[in-house]
Amino acid sequence: MSDGAPVLEFRDLTVALPPGSDRPLALDGLTLQVRAGEIVCLVGESGSGKSLAALAAMRLLAPGVQVAGGTIRLDGRDLAPLSEAEMRGLRGDDMAMIFQEPMTALNPQKRVGWQIDEVLRLHTDLDRRARRARIREILEEVRIPDPAGAAQAYPHQLSGGQRQRVMIAMALVLRPRLIIADEPTTALDVTTQKQVLALIRDIQRGEGAGILFITHDFGVVAEIADRVAVLRRGELVEQGPAAEVLNRPQHPYTRALIAAVPALIPPPPAAIPPDAPVVLKAEGLDKTFSARGTLFGPRRKPVQAVRDLSFELRRGETLGVVGESGSGKTTVARIVTRLIQPDSGRVLIGGEDFAHAKPAEVRALRRHIQMVFQDPMASLNPRKRVIDLIAQGPMIHGMKKAEAHARARSLLELVELSPAAGERYPHEFSGGQRQRIGIARALALEPRVIVADEPVSALDVSVQAQVLRLLADLRARLQLSLLFVTHDLRVAAQLCDRVMVMSKGEVVETGPTAEVFSDPQHPYTQSLIASIPGRDWTPPRVALETEGAP
Amino acid sequence: MRMPPILAYALRRLLQAVPTILIVMVGTFLLMQLAPGDMVDALVGDMGGADAAFIARMRQEYGLDQPVWVQLMRYMGKLATFDFGWSYVYEQPVSTLLLDRLPVTLALMAASLTLAFVGGVALGAWAGRHAYSAADNLISTLGLVFYAMPNFFLALLMILLFSIHLGWLPVGGLRDIAAFHTGWRLWLDMAIHMIMPVAALSLIYLAFYMRLMRSSVIEVSELDFVRTARAKGAPEGRIMRHHIMRNAMLPVVTLLGLQFATVLGGSVVIETMFALPGIAQLAYNSVIRRDLNTLMGIVFLSSLLVIAVNFITDLIYARLDSRIELR
Repeated sequence: MSDGAPVLEFRDLTVALPPGSDRPLALDGLTLQVRAGEIVCLVGESGSGKSLAALAAMRLLAPGVQVAGGTIRLDGRDLAPLSEAEMRGLRGDDMAMIFQEPMTALNPQKRVGWQIDEVLRLHTDLDRRARRARIREILEEVRIPDPAGAAQAYPHQLSGGQRQRVMIAMALVLRPRLIIADEPTTALDVTTQKQVLALIRDIQRGEGAGILFITHDFGVVAEIADRVAVLRRGELVEQGPAAEVLNRPQHPYTRALIAAVPALIPPPPAAIPPDAPVVLKAEGLDKTFSARGTLFGPRRKPVQAVRDLSFELRRGETLGVVGESGSGKTTVARIVTRLIQPDSGRVLIGGEDFAHAKPAEVRALRRHIQMVFQDPMASLNPRKRVIDLIAQGPMIHGMKKAEAHARARSLLELVELSPAAGERYPHEFSGGQRQRIGIARALALEPRVIVADEPVSALDVSVQAQVLRLLADLRARLQLSLLFVTHDLRVAAQLCDRVMVMSKGEVVETGPTAEVFSDPQHPYTQSLIASIPGRDWTPPRVALETEGAP
Repeated sequence: MRMPPILAYALRRLLQAVPTILIVMVGTFLLMQLAPGDMVDALVGDMGGADAAFIARMRQEYGLDQPVWVQLMRYMGKLATFDFGWSYVYEQPVSTLLLDRLPVTLALMAASLTLAFVGGVALGAWAGRHAYSAADNLISTLGLVFYAMPNFFLALLMILLFSIHLGWLPVGGLRDIAAFHTGWRLWLDMAIHMIMPVAALSLIYLAFYMRLMRSSVIEVSELDFVRTARAKGAPEGRIMRHHIMRNAMLPVVTLLGLQFATVLGGSVVIETMFALPGIAQLAYNSVIRRDLNTLMGIVFLSSLLVIAVNFITDLIYARLDSRIELR
């Protein structure tokens, strides 16, 4: 597979960041080859410089970021002396790129066919009919249903998976020698991700192109890579055949990264006494979203987001709500926290109906159920100091300022931040630290239940592992109950005692995590579990060395 | 059989316009009642005074002695048959008066908005593409100056410079009354008379659209699909034309529709400053003279205009933005 000549070769590539950045060099002496017919995964956490390597190869670096040394060769040809016009001739023709988020990477105002056609118009002399035939052909090749119709569609009229197929079609239409894929499946649901990965695999086998595949997800690496290169803060720490790096990582950083990947085998569930009190109970929840019609206007088609949903959460228990986008899992989180009202059904907190409580009762009940959000940057007021953010809740509920601040400081310690951090503002923290602040804020009212909506989805694996460990630890210490909403089955496997699998607003399966994962009953759960990237690979439990660990 | 969606949409918008216009008309009527004095006071004032019996007879003749709601019902009843009534100040039917004055105002507004939109979008696009260059700095600074200048002040400065100091352009009016031009000479003469009013009315909007377009272009240039276009090997000019412009113009088009009403308000000032016989100037005079019928006619016409323009803007917007569906 990897016996071809190198299509892409970085030698000692150094990329400099503009003055005032967190480090002077984004990439420091990267040497890496992608041969024809092979998929090389470039793995790293955010800020490792992996995307900049791709943009450097395409000469698409943002102004201010520049190649400071080393060479980039495409098919043995040094790209440095090429003029801008010559580079334009290569881009889209000999080297093509697939981006992460197909919704934003496609022009919302142009039909899909037009956008693919643009590549053909720029690089070939084909006439209209030949171009149209080729577009049809490539759309069939990426297995879009109804290729002729899809070509006439605007990006927003396609699903996420179809949009990414369009991006792939656009990259492949001229059969480039090199394809650079920058996190091409990160924005997709697992089942779609599986299909898109299989498609990239197939096409690459058929065409013999070299693929530089950038990802942060070791599951995806296990699924697709021939070779793996691991980047850490701009330096290549390890590279080798996929099986070697995944199962026998050499460098301490690689080991730490792989150790942070949640295994699919759930740990033994916490012993919840059968007589533990039910702290949160949902009964027959229904919610339908319908766009409000105007006085004379018609109504849009209503969407039933949650249908006849019931569950119980006991003290100290963690219930995972898993499903793909649009399954209704976030709606569940928002109903039980009373951010939205259900059309019917009850939400019982300690026996009282939270969903239909009077305003005065709502406030009293609200302190028993708190929420941790997905994006800690967006959910923390940027103009308030951390200590004020955490103390705000208790103060609203009548606590004196001094006392609330004292509690906030002890909460910061509880989430393993220094109490001095309270004087700073949210933007001064890293993503993982901000999520700790979000957790401290949720804990400030000493709730019985914490509802966490994708709390670790925006974090790098190593940080994700730390936050998950913190949550597990707090749960045990404070006898907390967690309603944990996630799309990531690996994360669910690690933290949840029971899981509830949702599809199209309904619970299709529920049960102890280990049972659901090892013996899924419902076809949807089965396909979901079969789609987990790298499910055949069990991350080795390598001994961690402290040196070099993140 | 189903109506084509565009027709159904237009019909629905028309139905929605009815209550809007009703509210505007009743509101204006009541507001005019709140102000002290009526048309008879204004007429009598012009005559230099009259005895109480004469004033009472005049009020009776015009129906002004009736309770407010009776006057309102009478007026609305006539309006329902598109009868705008008689202007006692101008001594002619209000409809004739309006039709006579409307073209001037429409020409002024159309020319001003076209100039503001085309000029603003073009300059803004150029400045956005060459952001932070010396030329951009110059354009942006000039834009800020014009944006900050009230239009009556700009009009005064222009009259001082171009009419009084340089003598290039007429001070005001729609035509050179002494010249008795006919045919194309008359049209040319009117066009020359419109240069300064159009410039004075449009520059503030031109500056505004320019600034909006500039920031919109800068914003869109950083979006992912522009990077995709570069990755396809598209040259910068093409990227600007096909990928940036249309997306960047959307907020400008939205504002164009919203600002139509304020431009109409601006025409009142400009028509008065340049003595242009349009409906905006007519509105000013009928407020002063308490010519209720004329004023109500103008309000009716201008609310209709604003609604129509907003409708057209929505159609344009739906055409420009593929994500919008008319419902």
